[in-house]
Amino acid sequence: MGTTATEKEKLYNSGVLVENRAGAILPPQREWENKKGGYVIIECPQRIPCNPCATSCPTGAVRPFADINDTPEIDYTKCTGCGLCIAKCPGLACFVIDLTYGKDEAVIKLPYELIPVPEKGQTVKCLSRTGEEICEGQVLSVSEPLKDRTKVVSVIIPKKLVGEIRAIKVVC
Amino acid sequence: MRKEIETDLLVVGGGAAGLCAAAEAGRAGAKVTVIESDLHAGGQLVKQTHKFFGSKDEYAGTRGYKIADILMEEIESLGDKVEIRTNTTVTGYYPEEGIYTAMRGEDEYYRIKAKKAVIATGAQERLIPFPNNDLPGVYGAGAVQTLMNVYGVIPGKRVLMVGAGNIGLIVSYQLRQAGVEIAAVVEAMPKIGGYWVHAAKIRRLGIPILLRHTITEALGDKIIEGAVIQELDDKFQLIGQPRTIECDVICMAVGLTPTTELFWQAGARMLYCPQLCGHVPYRDETMRTSHPDIWVAGDAAGIEEASAAMVEGRIAGHSAAKALGYPVKEEAFKQYWSRLDHLRAGEVGEKIRGGICQVIVKGWEA
Amino acid sequence: MELIKEHPVLEFRHGKEVTFSFDGREMKGFEGEPIAMALHANGVRTYRITPEMKRPRGFFCAIGKCSSCFMVVDGVPNVRTCVTPLSSGMKIETQRGKGLVPMETK
Repeated sequence: MGTTATEKEKLYNSGVLVENRAGAILPPQREWENKKGGYVIIECPQRIPCNPCATSCPTGAVRPFADINDTPEIDYTKCTGCGLCIAKCPGLACFVIDLTYGKDEAVIKLPYELIPVPEKGQTVKCLSRTGEEICEGQVLSVSEPLKDRTKVVSVIIPKKLVGEIRAIKVVC
Repeated sequence: MRKEIETDLLVVGGGAAGLCAAAEAGRAGAKVTVIESDLHAGGQLVKQTHKFFGSKDEYAGTRGYKIADILMEEIESLGDKVEIRTNTTVTGYYPEEGIYTAMRGEDEYYRIKAKKAVIATGAQERLIPFPNNDLPGVYGAGAVQTLMNVYGVIPGKRVLMVGAGNIGLIVSYQLRQAGVEIAAVVEAMPKIGGYWVHAAKIRRLGIPILLRHTITEALGDKIIEGAVIQELDDKFQLIGQPRTIECDVICMAVGLTPTTELFWQAGARMLYCPQLCGHVPYRDETMRTSHPDIWVAGDAAGIEEASAAMVEGRIAGHSAAKALGYPVKEEAFKQYWSRLDHLRAGEVGEKIRGGICQVIVKGWEA
Repeated sequence: MELIKEHPVLEFRHGKEVTFSFDGREMKGFEGEPIAMALHANGVRTYRITPEMKRPRGFFCAIGKCSSCFMVVDGVPNVRTCVTPLSSGMKIETQRGKGLVPMETK
């Protein structure tokens, strides 16, 4: 789908990430391919007064902010893929993707605050950044790390779609 | 028989700013009376299911309604220093006598004599003109939040959200959480007004955000049955073809305007400030208005955010307590201003800063 | 009543269920919650008819500031139903026009 510069701008202006930018980048590919547990991906390209990702990160992988309006920066040598930031982020902008799950499969951990809550083993629809159903995935686990009603769901997805899948839909 | 109560500090409005002002002044030792027109205190905080932004000091990562609980706990710990009267509306201020009048329900009416007051009356939802915009089913976004988040009532089946500022984006997400379908979010500007992450959240769920679109008409005879939307060009002229959207609720999130009647009645100096979204009182760094006994805090001082409202409330409560002669810590005042400046320092705070500098004075002549 | 049965984040704690009447029809609501909320939960959207153009009105702001939701409650008109608590046996009526203020005071 060839998108022109104006179409890209229009998408971005309505909340859809169209390319990597400060505060919304992918991890370095080679390290990512071998990292068991995965790396965090934060999609927060706008400078807003907010820093719980940095203050909640137990290893300092989300670098401490010099100014509360900074966009998040990741130190990949420290990221363990624990996913605490996924549950903490008020904007639900954090994800962890592990590329080592299988030859063609990856695992994405994402935040979930809707009902029905998926169950382990259940098949869910996987959605793109515009909510389009692009494939199905199996739920590996569901946790609630902060016990504050934000669930973190781990889903097995096709490796080739890790750049696109950012939400799930639970169908009963 | 006239009924009159007396207090050190009257706080009009028990929302984020009012509760913080009351807590701060109460902690300094002042006798505080909070008058809240709703059935419970907490203001807009009570309806917020999402986690707040900001930093740890402003309870970032905590859901809005829990922040209301935290503030209430702080006030409860002050015992009978702070009294909160709900279901009561301050109906006027009479400058000749320096008296406030209040009404509880439809029957109880009394006067309040207060040495000082913090007026934290917040804001109200605006409406844009279009045919049938008065039909039942056209609701302010805040009203929809009240229905579903406070009282657990289903607002409707399918909603058209007008406005993609933070409120429009957040309430769309909350509607989804409540199981309600969003037909679309329409926004007249070429980009969303709210935080990008709020928009990303709802786009991932398939909720369309139609930029450069507006509502031209609401459809329905007795209640809302649909709406007509159309695209705008860069001069805000209608272009393209009108489109009919089926919906039973049209949610207006087109901006708030500060609630400032009491300041007008008190004769405070006011300014129409577009960046602060309406008429607001001039204030000094202690948040005191030109009236020597009246302070302002929160959205009534200018439309901003909950985190700023809470800090402004602390500043006003601190300063009013000091003016009453109660002991306060000067470092607290500096710390609060530092927090406020931090919250406003980024790009998103630019508009606010542009507004605040028009209405802040260095000090009032005695 | 159109109430949210399950919510991902919130838990609703309603008070006592009570009966009230709207234009002569018996309905159920929760004591202490605003009248307007109880009406909406019962599918009632129209609260008054405007004096000049006879247009139907429901609520708008729901925080007691806009006057859209005025109704006649127990004979008293211009009651802000969005911030007035419901009580058992209340008589709620659609307000037609400006409403007649009762001349006797208690």
